[in-house]
Amino acid sequence: MPEQGSAAVSKRQINLSGASGGFAAEVSRRAKTSVGLCWHCLVCAAACPFLAPMGYPPVGVLRLVQLGQEKAVLESASIWGCVGCHSCSDACPNSIDVAAIMDVLREMAMERGVKNPAGDILSFHQEVVSSIAKYGRTHKLSIMMKYKLGNRDFFSDAAMGTKMLLKGKLDLFPSRVSDTAALKRLFEAENGKEDSCKGKP
Amino acid sequence: MQGQTIKTLSFFPGCSLASAHTEHGSSLRALSRYLNIELAELVDWNCCGSSSAHSINRRLADRLAGRNLSLAPPGRPLLVACPNCYLRLKEAQKKLAGDSSARENYERDWCRPFDYELKIVHLFEILEDLLKRNLGSDKKHKLQGLKFAPYYGCMQNRPPALYAERKFTGILEGVLSNLGANPISWSGSRTCCGTFLSVTRPDAVTKIVNNMMDEARQVNADCIVTACAMCHLNLEIRATVKNPMPVLYISELISLAFGQKHHGPWFARHIVDPRPMLNSHGLL
Ligand code: SF4
Ligand code: SF4
Repeated sequence: MPEQGSAAVSKRQINLSGASGGFAAEVSRRAKTSVGLCWHCLVCAAACPFLAPMGYPPVGVLRLVQLGQEKAVLESASIWGCVGCHSCSDACPNSIDVAAIMDVLREMAMERGVKNPAGDILSFHQEVVSSIAKYGRTHKLSIMMKYKLGNRDFFSDAAMGTKMLLKGKLDLFPSRVSDTAALKRLFEAENGKEDSCKGKP
Repeated sequence: MQGQTIKTLSFFPGCSLASAHTEHGSSLRALSRYLNIELAELVDWNCCGSSSAHSINRRLADRLAGRNLSLAPPGRPLLVACPNCYLRLKEAQKKLAGDSSARENYERDWCRPFDYELKIVHLFEILEDLLKRNLGSDKKHKLQGLKFAPYYGCMQNRPPALYAERKFTGILEGVLSNLGANPISWSGSRTCCGTFLSVTRPDAVTKIVNNMMDEARQVNADCIVTACAMCHLNLEIRATVKNPMPVLYISELISLAFGQKHHGPWFARHIVDPRPMLNSHGLL
Protein backbone atom coordinates (compact mmCIF):
# COMPACT_ATOMS: atom_id res chain seq x y z
CA MET A 1 0.00 0.00 0.00
CA PRO A 2 1.45 3.36 -0.93
CA GLU A 3 1.36 5.88 1.86
CA GLN A 4 -1.53 8.31 1.71
CA GLY A 5 -2.08 11.88 2.78
CA SER A 6 0.04 14.86 3.62
CA ALA A 7 2.60 12.93 5.69
CA ALA A 8 3.51 10.92 2.61
CA VAL A 9 3.64 14.08 0.53
CA SER A 10 5.95 15.88 2.92
CA LYS A 11 8.28 12.86 3.04
CA ARG A 12 8.56 13.00 -0.72
CA GLN A 13 9.41 16.67 -0.74
CA ILE A 14 12.93 17.88 -1.19
CA ASN A 15 13.79 19.95 1.85
CA LEU A 16 14.38 23.45 0.55
CA SER A 17 15.15 25.24 3.80
CA GLY A 18 18.47 26.96 4.29
CA ALA A 19 20.31 29.52 2.25
CA SER A 20 18.69 28.81 -1.10
CA GLY A 21 15.26 27.94 0.27
CA GLY A 22 13.79 31.44 0.56
CA PHE A 23 13.22 31.91 -3.13
CA ALA A 24 11.64 28.47 -3.60
CA ALA A 25 9.40 29.06 -0.61
CA GLU A 26 8.22 32.39 -1.97
CA VAL A 27 7.49 30.91 -5.41
CA SER A 28 5.60 27.98 -3.87
CA ARG A 29 3.56 30.24 -1.61
CA ARG A 30 2.60 32.64 -4.36
CA ALA A 31 1.81 29.93 -6.91
CA LYS A 32 -0.07 27.90 -4.29
CA THR A 33 1.89 24.79 -5.22
CA SER A 34 5.01 22.96 -4.02
CA VAL A 35 8.27 23.41 -5.86
CA GLY A 36 9.88 20.88 -3.50
CA LEU A 37 7.71 18.10 -4.89
CA CYS A 38 9.50 18.06 -8.23
CA TRP A 39 11.58 14.90 -8.60
CA HIS A 40 12.85 15.71 -12.10
CA CYS A 41 11.12 12.98 -14.00
CA LEU A 42 11.15 15.14 -17.17
CA VAL A 43 7.52 14.38 -17.96
CA CYS A 44 6.81 18.11 -18.26
CA ALA A 45 9.76 18.55 -20.61
CA ALA A 46 8.37 15.82 -22.85
CA ALA A 47 4.91 17.39 -22.76
CA CYS A 48 5.95 21.00 -23.44
CA PRO A 49 5.58 21.94 -27.11
CA PHE A 50 7.66 25.12 -26.80
CA LEU A 51 11.09 24.11 -25.61
CA ALA A 52 12.70 26.03 -28.48
CA PRO A 53 11.47 29.54 -27.61
CA MET A 54 11.82 28.77 -23.89
CA GLY A 55 15.41 27.58 -23.56
CA TYR A 56 15.29 25.84 -20.17
CA PRO A 57 12.48 23.28 -20.21
CA PRO A 58 9.88 23.57 -17.43
CA VAL A 59 11.77 21.02 -15.29
CA GLY A 60 14.91 23.15 -15.67
CA VAL A 61 13.06 26.20 -14.43
CA LEU A 62 11.86 24.22 -11.40
CA ARG A 63 15.39 22.97 -10.73
CA LEU A 64 16.74 26.50 -10.79
CA VAL A 65 14.04 27.59 -8.37
CA GLN A 66 14.88 24.69 -6.03
CA LEU A 67 18.51 25.72 -6.14
CA GLY A 68 17.65 29.32 -5.36
CA GLN A 69 19.13 30.51 -8.68
CA GLU A 70 16.92 33.56 -8.64
CA LYS A 71 18.80 35.64 -11.17
CA ALA A 72 19.22 32.81 -13.69
CA VAL A 73 15.55 31.95 -13.66
CA LEU A 74 14.07 35.47 -13.55
CA GLU A 75 16.30 36.59 -16.39
CA SER A 76 15.61 33.54 -18.53
CA ALA A 77 13.66 33.51 -21.78
CA SER A 78 11.88 30.38 -20.53
CA ILE A 79 9.37 32.20 -18.38
CA TRP A 80 8.40 34.41 -21.34
CA GLY A 81 8.31 31.70 -24.01
CA CYS A 82 5.83 29.71 -21.94
CA VAL A 83 2.27 30.10 -23.22
CA GLY A 84 0.48 28.66 -20.20
CA CYS A 85 -1.01 25.74 -22.10
CA HIS A 86 -0.95 23.49 -19.01
CA SER A 87 0.47 20.55 -20.98
CA CYS A 88 3.05 20.30 -18.17
CA SER A 89 0.70 20.79 -15.20
CA ASP A 90 -1.72 18.29 -16.67
CA ALA A 91 0.95 15.63 -17.09
CA CYS A 92 2.97 16.13 -13.89
CA PRO A 93 2.80 13.00 -11.70
CA ASN A 94 3.16 15.17 -8.59
CA SER A 95 0.36 17.56 -9.52
CA ILE A 96 2.65 20.56 -9.50
CA ASP A 97 0.99 23.59 -11.06
CA VAL A 98 3.93 24.39 -13.32
CA ALA A 99 2.03 26.96 -15.38
CA ALA A 100 1.12 28.86 -12.20
CA ILE A 101 4.81 28.86 -11.25
CA MET A 102 5.58 30.43 -14.64
CA ASP A 103 2.93 33.13 -14.00
CA VAL A 104 4.49 33.89 -10.62
CA LEU A 105 8.03 33.99 -12.00
CA ARG A 106 7.02 36.51 -14.66
CA GLU A 107 5.34 38.57 -11.98
CA MET A 108 8.48 38.49 -9.82
CA ALA A 109 10.70 39.36 -12.80
CA MET A 110 8.57 42.42 -13.45
CA GLU A 111 8.46 43.47 -9.77
CA ARG A 112 12.23 43.24 -9.54
CA GLY A 113 12.78 44.95 -12.85
CA VAL A 114 15.42 42.44 -13.95
CA LYS A 115 16.79 42.15 -17.48
CA ASN A 116 14.23 40.63 -19.83
CA PRO A 117 15.63 38.70 -22.80
CA ALA A 118 12.18 38.58 -24.39
CA GLY A 119 11.05 42.17 -24.01
CA ASP A 120 8.97 41.93 -27.17
CA ILE A 121 6.79 39.23 -25.61
CA LEU A 122 6.22 41.39 -22.54
CA SER A 123 5.31 44.31 -24.78
CA PHE A 124 2.83 42.14 -26.69
CA HIS A 125 1.12 41.19 -23.42
CA GLN A 126 1.10 44.84 -22.42
CA GLU A 127 -0.58 45.83 -25.70
CA VAL A 128 -3.29 43.22 -25.11
CA VAL A 129 -3.88 44.43 -21.56
CA SER A 130 -3.98 48.06 -22.66
CA SER A 131 -6.53 47.18 -25.34
CA ILE A 132 -8.67 45.62 -22.62
CA ALA A 133 -8.19 48.69 -20.42
CA LYS A 134 -9.38 50.89 -23.25
CA TYR A 135 -12.25 48.87 -24.70
CA GLY A 136 -12.92 46.07 -22.23
CA ARG A 137 -12.25 43.71 -25.10
CA THR A 138 -9.27 42.91 -27.29
CA HIS A 139 -8.95 44.71 -30.58
CA LYS A 140 -6.53 42.62 -32.63
CA LEU A 141 -5.77 45.17 -35.31
CA SER A 142 -4.58 47.89 -32.97
CA ILE A 143 -2.71 45.39 -30.79
CA MET A 144 -0.84 44.14 -33.83
CA MET A 145 -0.06 47.59 -35.15
CA LYS A 146 1.23 48.86 -31.83
CA TYR A 147 3.25 45.70 -31.27
CA LYS A 148 4.84 46.00 -34.70
CA LEU A 149 5.57 49.71 -34.27
CA GLY A 150 7.04 49.11 -30.82
CA ASN A 151 9.39 46.51 -32.23
CA ARG A 152 10.25 48.52 -35.35
CA ASP A 153 9.12 45.55 -37.36
CA PHE A 154 7.07 47.00 -40.19
CA PHE A 155 7.26 44.41 -42.91
CA SER A 156 7.24 40.87 -41.57
CA ASP A 157 3.75 39.49 -41.76
CA ALA A 158 2.39 42.49 -43.70
CA ALA A 159 1.02 40.17 -46.41
CA MET A 160 -0.61 37.96 -43.82
CA GLY A 161 -2.14 41.01 -42.14
CA THR A 162 -3.65 42.15 -45.43
CA LYS A 163 -5.05 38.68 -46.06
CA MET A 164 -6.62 38.59 -42.62
CA LEU A 165 -8.15 42.02 -43.17
CA LEU A 166 -9.63 40.95 -46.50
CA LYS A 167 -11.01 37.77 -44.99
CA GLY A 168 -12.67 39.84 -42.27
CA LYS A 169 -10.48 38.32 -39.57
CA LEU A 170 -9.29 41.67 -38.28
CA ASP A 171 -12.09 44.02 -37.35
CA LEU A 172 -11.37 47.64 -38.20
CA PHE A 173 -13.27 48.94 -35.21
CA PRO A 174 -13.16 47.58 -31.70
CA SER A 175 -16.22 46.26 -29.95
CA ARG A 176 -16.49 47.75 -26.49
CA VAL A 177 -17.80 47.38 -22.99
CA SER A 178 -20.33 50.15 -22.37
CA ASP A 179 -20.10 50.30 -18.56
CA THR A 180 -17.01 52.48 -18.43
CA ALA A 181 -17.17 52.87 -14.64
CA ALA A 182 -16.94 49.09 -14.27
CA LEU A 183 -14.09 49.01 -16.74
CA LYS A 184 -12.22 51.57 -14.65
CA ARG A 185 -12.86 49.59 -11.49
CA LEU A 186 -11.35 46.47 -13.07
CA PHE A 187 -8.02 48.23 -13.37
CA GLU A 188 -8.00 50.01 -10.02
CA ALA A 189 -5.07 49.08 -7.84
CA GLU A 190 -7.36 48.62 -4.82
CA ASN A 191 -10.77 47.07 -4.72
CA GLY A 192 -13.75 49.42 -4.79
CA LYS A 193 -15.20 51.06 -1.73
CA GLU A 194 -18.58 50.18 -0.31
CA ASP A 195 -20.27 53.23 -1.86
CA SER A 196 -19.82 51.98 -5.45
CA CYS A 197 -22.97 49.92 -4.84
CA LYS A 198 -25.11 52.81 -3.59
CA GLY A 199 -28.41 53.03 -5.35
CA LYS A 200 -27.86 49.70 -7.10
CA PRO A 201 -30.00 46.63 -6.53
CA MET B 1 -37.44 18.10 -32.14
CA GLN B 2 -40.48 20.13 -32.92
CA GLY B 3 -42.68 21.02 -29.98
CA GLN B 4 -39.85 20.57 -27.51
CA THR B 5 -39.41 23.26 -24.92
CA ILE B 6 -36.72 25.77 -25.57
CA LYS B 7 -33.99 26.02 -22.99
CA THR B 8 -32.31 29.38 -22.49
CA LEU B 9 -28.62 29.55 -21.65
CA SER B 10 -26.58 32.62 -20.88
CA PHE B 11 -23.88 32.83 -23.51
CA PHE B 12 -20.33 34.08 -23.24
CA PRO B 13 -18.92 34.41 -26.78
CA GLY B 14 -15.48 35.81 -25.92
CA CYS B 15 -13.54 38.22 -28.13
CA SER B 16 -12.53 35.77 -30.83
CA LEU B 17 -16.05 34.60 -31.46
CA ALA B 18 -17.69 37.97 -31.19
CA SER B 19 -15.45 39.71 -33.67
CA ALA B 20 -12.99 38.06 -35.92
CA HIS B 21 -14.42 34.59 -36.34
CA THR B 22 -18.07 34.91 -37.13
CA GLU B 23 -18.14 31.62 -39.04
CA HIS B 24 -17.69 29.87 -35.69
CA GLY B 25 -20.16 32.17 -33.92
CA SER B 26 -22.90 31.89 -36.48
CA SER B 27 -22.54 28.14 -37.03
CA LEU B 28 -22.69 27.72 -33.27
CA ARG B 29 -25.92 29.67 -33.17
CA ALA B 30 -27.29 27.50 -35.95
CA LEU B 31 -26.29 24.41 -33.99
CA SER B 32 -28.03 25.60 -30.85
CA ARG B 33 -31.24 26.10 -32.81
CA TYR B 34 -31.23 22.40 -33.69
CA LEU B 35 -30.93 21.65 -30.01
CA ASN B 36 -33.74 24.02 -29.06
CA ILE B 37 -31.35 26.09 -27.07
CA GLU B 38 -31.73 29.82 -26.98
CA LEU B 39 -28.53 31.75 -26.39
CA ALA B 40 -28.85 34.92 -24.34
CA GLU B 41 -25.57 36.80 -24.72
CA LEU B 42 -24.18 38.03 -21.41
CA VAL B 43 -24.93 41.75 -21.40
CA ASP B 44 -21.82 43.93 -21.63
CA TRP B 45 -19.34 41.06 -21.08
CA ASN B 46 -15.63 41.82 -21.11
CA CYS B 47 -12.53 40.01 -22.37
CA CYS B 48 -11.18 37.23 -20.11
CA GLY B 49 -7.65 38.44 -20.68
CA SER B 50 -6.69 35.95 -23.37
CA SER B 51 -3.28 34.39 -22.70
CA SER B 52 -1.85 37.78 -21.82
CA ALA B 53 -3.56 39.06 -18.66
CA HIS B 54 -2.67 36.08 -16.46
CA SER B 55 0.84 36.13 -17.93
CA ILE B 56 1.64 39.55 -16.52
CA ASN B 57 -1.11 40.36 -13.99
CA ARG B 58 -2.87 37.51 -12.24
CA ARG B 59 -4.99 39.78 -10.10
CA LEU B 60 -6.37 41.52 -13.18
CA ALA B 61 -7.05 38.16 -14.86
CA ASP B 62 -9.11 37.06 -11.85
CA ARG B 63 -11.03 40.33 -11.82
CA LEU B 64 -11.78 40.19 -15.56
CA ALA B 65 -13.25 36.71 -15.11
CA GLY B 66 -15.02 37.78 -11.92
CA ARG B 67 -16.87 40.64 -13.55
CA ASN B 68 -18.16 38.29 -16.25
CA LEU B 69 -19.41 35.87 -13.60
CA SER B 70 -21.22 38.75 -11.89
CA LEU B 71 -23.11 39.53 -15.10
CA ALA B 72 -24.70 36.10 -15.36
CA PRO B 73 -28.34 36.16 -14.32
CA PRO B 74 -29.15 33.62 -11.58
CA GLY B 75 -30.86 30.34 -12.33
CA ARG B 76 -29.51 30.01 -15.82
CA PRO B 77 -26.41 28.04 -16.88
CA LEU B 78 -23.64 29.98 -18.58
CA LEU B 79 -22.40 28.52 -21.85
CA VAL B 80 -18.82 29.48 -22.70
CA ALA B 81 -17.88 29.15 -26.35
CA CYS B 82 -14.12 29.50 -25.99
CA PRO B 83 -12.24 26.67 -24.22
CA ASN B 84 -9.67 29.07 -22.83
CA CYS B 85 -12.26 31.51 -21.46
CA TYR B 86 -14.01 28.46 -19.96
CA LEU B 87 -10.93 27.58 -17.91
CA ARG B 88 -10.45 31.18 -16.78
CA LEU B 89 -14.07 31.53 -15.66
CA LYS B 90 -14.06 28.14 -13.97
CA GLU B 91 -10.82 28.88 -12.13
CA ALA B 92 -12.07 32.29 -10.98
CA GLN B 93 -15.32 30.76 -9.75
CA LYS B 94 -13.42 28.16 -7.75
CA LYS B 95 -11.11 30.78 -6.22
CA LEU B 96 -14.04 33.00 -5.25
CA ALA B 97 -15.97 30.10 -3.73
CA GLY B 98 -13.02 29.22 -1.51
CA ASP B 99 -11.85 32.66 -0.44
CA SER B 100 -14.08 34.88 1.66
CA SER B 101 -12.03 38.05 1.27
CA ALA B 102 -11.95 37.68 -2.52
CA ARG B 103 -15.70 37.21 -2.36
CA GLU B 104 -16.11 40.34 -0.26
CA ASN B 105 -14.16 42.34 -2.82
CA TYR B 106 -16.17 40.82 -5.64
CA GLU B 107 -19.46 41.73 -4.01
CA ARG B 108 -18.30 45.24 -3.24
CA ASP B 109 -17.02 45.74 -6.81
CA TRP B 110 -19.93 44.26 -8.72
CA CYS B 111 -22.76 44.94 -6.26
CA ARG B 112 -24.04 41.39 -6.57
CA PRO B 113 -23.94 38.43 -4.23
CA PHE B 114 -21.56 35.71 -5.46
CA ASP B 115 -23.59 32.95 -7.11
CA TYR B 116 -22.32 29.58 -5.82
CA GLU B 117 -24.87 27.80 -7.93
CA LEU B 118 -23.89 29.23 -11.31
CA LYS B 119 -23.26 26.33 -13.65
CA ILE B 120 -20.58 27.06 -16.25
CA VAL B 121 -21.17 24.94 -19.32
CA HIS B 122 -18.43 23.89 -21.72
CA LEU B 123 -19.23 23.94 -25.42
CA PHE B 124 -18.52 20.18 -25.41
CA GLU B 125 -21.44 19.59 -23.05
CA ILE B 126 -23.73 20.83 -25.77
CA LEU B 127 -22.16 18.39 -28.20
CA GLU B 128 -22.60 15.64 -25.65
CA ASP B 129 -26.26 16.47 -25.44
CA LEU B 130 -26.46 16.09 -29.19
CA LEU B 131 -24.88 12.66 -28.89
CA LYS B 132 -27.01 11.53 -25.93
CA ARG B 133 -30.22 12.48 -27.65
CA ASN B 134 -28.90 10.72 -30.71
CA LEU B 135 -29.79 13.73 -32.81
CA GLY B 136 -28.57 13.35 -36.34
CA SER B 137 -28.46 9.56 -36.43
CA ASP B 138 -30.92 9.86 -39.32
CA LYS B 139 -28.28 11.95 -41.08
CA LYS B 140 -25.56 9.32 -41.14
CA HIS B 141 -25.18 9.56 -44.87
CA LYS B 142 -24.42 13.27 -44.74
CA LEU B 143 -20.78 13.19 -43.77
CA GLN B 144 -20.19 9.68 -45.09
CA GLY B 145 -16.66 9.23 -46.33
CA LEU B 146 -15.27 12.39 -44.74
CA LYS B 147 -12.04 11.62 -42.91
CA PHE B 148 -11.13 14.10 -40.22
CA ALA B 149 -8.25 14.61 -37.80
CA PRO B 150 -9.76 15.68 -34.45
CA TYR B 151 -7.79 18.55 -32.94
CA TYR B 152 -8.09 19.44 -29.24
CA GLY B 153 -4.92 21.48 -28.77
CA CYS B 154 -4.54 22.42 -25.10
CA MET B 155 -8.28 22.16 -24.51
CA GLN B 156 -8.13 19.01 -22.42
CA ASN B 157 -5.30 20.16 -20.20
CA ARG B 158 -6.27 21.05 -16.66
CA PRO B 159 -4.31 22.78 -13.91
CA PRO B 160 -4.24 20.68 -10.70
CA ALA B 161 -7.04 22.73 -9.11
CA LEU B 162 -9.31 21.61 -11.94
CA TYR B 163 -8.12 17.99 -12.29
CA ALA B 164 -11.58 16.80 -11.32
CA GLU B 165 -13.17 18.63 -14.25
CA ARG B 166 -14.21 16.50 -17.16
CA LYS B 167 -12.07 16.37 -20.29
CA PHE B 168 -14.66 15.26 -22.81
CA THR B 169 -12.17 12.89 -24.38
CA GLY B 170 -13.36 11.68 -27.76
CA ILE B 171 -16.28 14.06 -28.05
CA LEU B 172 -15.32 15.42 -31.49
CA GLU B 173 -14.85 11.86 -32.75
CA GLY B 174 -18.15 10.71 -31.22
CA VAL B 175 -20.32 13.48 -32.58
CA LEU B 176 -18.94 13.40 -36.10
CA SER B 177 -18.94 9.59 -36.36
CA ASN B 178 -22.59 9.72 -35.42
CA LEU B 179 -23.05 11.85 -38.52
CA GLY B 180 -21.14 9.40 -40.70
CA ALA B 181 -17.62 10.86 -40.76
CA ASN B 182 -14.50 8.83 -39.96
CA PRO B 183 -12.09 10.00 -37.26
CA ILE B 184 -8.42 9.44 -38.00
CA SER B 185 -6.00 8.90 -35.17
CA TRP B 186 -2.91 11.07 -35.28
CA SER B 187 -0.29 12.46 -32.92
CA GLY B 188 -1.11 16.16 -33.39
CA SER B 189 -4.44 15.95 -31.60
CA ARG B 190 -3.31 17.47 -28.30
CA THR B 191 -0.46 19.74 -29.37
CA CYS B 192 -0.97 23.35 -28.25
CA CYS B 193 -1.28 25.81 -31.15
CA GLY B 194 1.07 28.35 -29.55
CA THR B 195 -1.42 31.17 -28.87
CA PHE B 196 0.55 34.45 -28.76
CA LEU B 197 3.80 32.88 -29.96
CA SER B 198 2.16 32.98 -33.37
CA VAL B 199 2.78 36.74 -33.25
CA THR B 200 5.95 36.92 -31.20
CA ARG B 201 7.79 33.72 -32.31
CA PRO B 202 6.10 32.83 -35.60
CA ASP B 203 8.89 30.42 -36.60
CA ALA B 204 8.33 28.24 -33.57
CA VAL B 205 4.62 28.03 -34.35
CA THR B 206 5.16 27.42 -38.07
CA LYS B 207 7.33 24.43 -37.21
CA ILE B 208 4.64 22.89 -35.02
CA VAL B 209 1.80 23.68 -37.41
CA ASN B 210 3.64 22.32 -40.46
CA ASN B 211 4.36 19.09 -38.59
CA MET B 212 0.68 18.77 -37.83
CA MET B 213 -0.35 19.46 -41.41
CA ASP B 214 2.18 16.95 -42.73
CA GLU B 215 1.02 14.29 -40.36
CA ALA B 216 -2.64 14.87 -41.09
CA ARG B 217 -1.80 14.45 -44.79
CA GLN B 218 0.14 11.27 -44.16
CA VAL B 219 -2.80 9.64 -42.41
CA ASN B 220 -5.02 10.71 -45.31
CA ALA B 221 -7.31 13.07 -43.44
CA ASP B 222 -9.48 15.43 -45.50
CA CYS B 223 -9.49 18.11 -42.86
CA ILE B 224 -8.60 19.03 -39.29
CA VAL B 225 -11.52 19.75 -36.97
CA THR B 226 -11.32 22.14 -34.03
CA ALA B 227 -13.60 23.88 -31.55
CA CYS B 228 -11.30 26.80 -30.79
CA ALA B 229 -11.00 30.08 -32.68
CA MET B 230 -7.41 30.65 -31.59
CA CYS B 231 -6.31 27.19 -32.78
CA HIS B 232 -8.15 27.76 -36.02
CA LEU B 233 -6.39 31.03 -36.70
CA ASN B 234 -2.92 29.81 -35.80
CA LEU B 235 -3.19 26.65 -37.87
CA GLU B 236 -4.39 28.62 -40.86
CA ILE B 237 -2.02 31.58 -40.81
CA ARG B 238 1.16 29.75 -39.78
CA ALA B 239 1.07 26.79 -42.16
CA THR B 240 3.69 27.21 -44.87
CA VAL B 241 3.48 23.68 -46.30
CA LYS B 242 2.71 23.45 -50.00
CA ASN B 243 -0.69 21.94 -49.62
CA PRO B 244 -2.16 23.04 -46.27
CA MET B 245 -5.09 21.10 -44.93
CA PRO B 246 -8.41 22.88 -44.44
CA VAL B 247 -9.33 23.44 -40.79
CA LEU B 248 -13.02 23.35 -39.97
CA TYR B 249 -14.98 24.23 -36.88
CA ILE B 250 -16.94 21.36 -35.39
CA SER B 251 -20.01 23.61 -35.44
CA GLU B 252 -19.61 24.18 -39.19
CA LEU B 253 -19.53 20.47 -39.95
CA ILE B 254 -22.49 19.65 -37.72
CA SER B 255 -24.51 22.46 -39.27
CA LEU B 256 -23.68 21.14 -42.75
CA ALA B 257 -24.75 17.64 -41.76
CA PHE B 258 -28.01 19.02 -40.41
CA GLY B 259 -28.67 20.57 -43.78
CA GLN B 260 -27.96 24.18 -42.89
CA LYS B 261 -28.26 26.11 -46.13
CA HIS B 262 -27.35 29.59 -44.96
CA HIS B 263 -23.63 29.12 -44.56
CA GLY B 264 -23.09 32.08 -46.90
CA PRO B 265 -19.75 33.59 -45.92
CA TRP B 266 -18.52 30.94 -43.46
CA PHE B 267 -16.24 29.06 -45.80
CA ALA B 268 -15.13 32.05 -47.86
CA ARG B 269 -13.68 33.50 -44.67
CA HIS B 270 -11.26 30.64 -44.19
CA ILE B 271 -7.71 31.40 -45.22
CA VAL B 272 -7.21 27.80 -46.36
CA ASP B 273 -10.25 27.45 -48.62
CA PRO B 274 -12.17 24.31 -47.57
CA ARG B 275 -14.71 24.55 -50.42
CA PRO B 276 -12.96 22.28 -52.94
CA MET B 277 -12.71 19.55 -50.28
CA LEU B 278 -16.31 20.07 -49.13
CA ASN B 279 -17.51 20.06 -52.73
CA SER B 280 -15.71 16.84 -53.47
CA HIS B 281 -17.73 15.27 -50.65
CA GLY B 282 -20.94 16.78 -51.97
CA LEU B 283 -21.35 18.91 -48.87
CA LEU B 284 -21.97 22.31 -50.42
S1 SF4 C 1 6.55 16.55 -14.48
FE1 SF4 C 1 6.39 17.43 -12.42
S2 SF4 C 1 7.76 16.20 -11.12
FE2 SF4 C 1 8.26 15.69 -13.28
S3 SF4 C 1 9.97 17.08 -13.75
FE3 SF4 C 1 8.09 18.14 -14.39
S4 SF4 C 1 7.47 19.39 -12.61
FE4 SF4 C 1 8.99 17.89 -11.90
S1 SF4 D 1 2.45 25.82 -19.77
FE1 SF4 D 1 4.42 26.63 -20.49
S2 SF4 D 1 5.95 25.26 -19.66
FE2 SF4 D 1 3.99 24.20 -19.51
S3 SF4 D 1 3.85 22.99 -21.38
FE3 SF4 D 1 2.83 24.92 -21.83
S4 SF4 D 1 4.43 26.25 -22.70
FE4 SF4 D 1 5.48 24.50 -21.72
